[in-house]
Amino acid sequence: MSVLSLASKRITSFNTPARVLISKRFESVAKPANFKTFKIYRWNPDTPEVKPKMQEYKVDMNNCGGMVLDALIKIKDEQDGTLTFRRSCREGICGSCAMNIDGRNTLACLCKIDAEKANTVKIYPLPHTHVVKDLVPDLTQFYKQYKSIQPYLQRKEYPKDGTEILQSVEDRKKLDGLYECILCACCSTSCPSYWWNAEEYMGPAVLMQAYRWMIDSRDEAFGKRKEMLQNSMSVYRCHTILNCTKTCPKGLNPGKAIAEIKKFLAAD
Amino acid sequence: MFMLKNPILSSIKTQRTSSRLFTTNKRLLQSPAKGQEILVKQRAVRPISPHLTIYEPQITWYLSSVHRVSGVILGALFFGVSIGYGINKLYDFGLNDDSLVEFYKNKVPTWLDYTAKGSVAYLFAFHFANGIRHLVWDMGKGFSLKGIYVGGYSVLGVCAVAGTYLFSKGF
Repeated sequence: MSVLSLASKRITSFNTPARVLISKRFESVAKPANFKTFKIYRWNPDTPEVKPKMQEYKVDMNNCGGMVLDALIKIKDEQDGTLTFRRSCREGICGSCAMNIDGRNTLACLCKIDAEKANTVKIYPLPHTHVVKDLVPDLTQFYKQYKSIQPYLQRKEYPKDGTEILQSVEDRKKLDGLYECILCACCSTSCPSYWWNAEEYMGPAVLMQAYRWMIDSRDEAFGKRKEMLQNSMSVYRCHTILNCTKTCPKGLNPGKAIAEIKKFLAAD
Repeated sequence: MFMLKNPILSSIKTQRTSSRLFTTNKRLLQSPAKGQEILVKQRAVRPISPHLTIYEPQITWYLSSVHRVSGVILGALFFGVSIGYGINKLYDFGLNDDSLVEFYKNKVPTWLDYTAKGSVAYLFAFHFANGIRHLVWDMGKGFSLKGIYVGGYSVLGVCAVAGTYLFSKGF
């Protein structure tokens, strides 16, 4: 008896939200338009004399996906084909749609639009970057810096039989929280130090990858990697501001990685 | 070669080319050199995207900037007076503890007195507490988001209490 009543209870509790969902879906057809305003940074390289400006777009949230990227794509499709931004995977794994949304750097595809709130959503390109067009930043320097830390395995000898280089479970665990970085540049371009010193300071994203290779048990270039960073600019322009850790859309911790590098360098 | 001679395939091929949706406009075709030239021109005029003025106020970078500003102000004050004493040792222009106190009591107006003592009290309390926070970070600890925020708010709390205490002792 009790089992039966429990079972029926379960079914009702399962049914109700599903029904609500379905009824909500139909509701949205008849619902009055729910406009949300998006203010987006615009600059066109073909008319460089025209100063960058903020352009407003209104999107009906009743027939728009839940993320900022959905709204951007909708605007580009239906209102303004000239709006330019990068996007690819739409699920937070490619890092293309990194931009500054409501003051913080994040991936447009992972950033929910709060449809209930009446506020305007402000969208800028990644801060203190050279703008190629609209929301597209020039990341050339960022990629050059990444290349400069030699982000690949370096060792004298490889297994003779061509098999993989083995690593203990503990050593592999050390790479968790580091290898997941997608190089979207959200953290680096959130860092005031990087804003002022991008020429020489590596920035959080690149330093976290430098650390990732320093602590890889299979890599033998630790000394060389350390030497490359042992100067006043590459690492030490980090003043532990920690905008990087705060803003990482993947929940990683570049600030911690830089602190660990500093410990290596200080122990030299 | 064999494929091209196949009548069916070659008919499909002709059909394809003739029915292409998008065709390249030959006029727009440019050499890599021309492309490079355009790129160089564009790079010269690219604007810098907005930064300080649009970034969300967060405890992370706000506290960091207060730490720097307080360090500069307190440092300038400390080194200013110390160097003044040093120079006075060489070219005696009458700077000593008594003359300094005399000057402060007679020449400094009340509003400036309050502002100066308040600033020094709170900025010193802040700089001291946040300095300890930095030492904890230098040991590689306290880097979780929660750690960063608990530390930040603790520093503000200590600053409020210790700063008020120091301020009250100033009169």
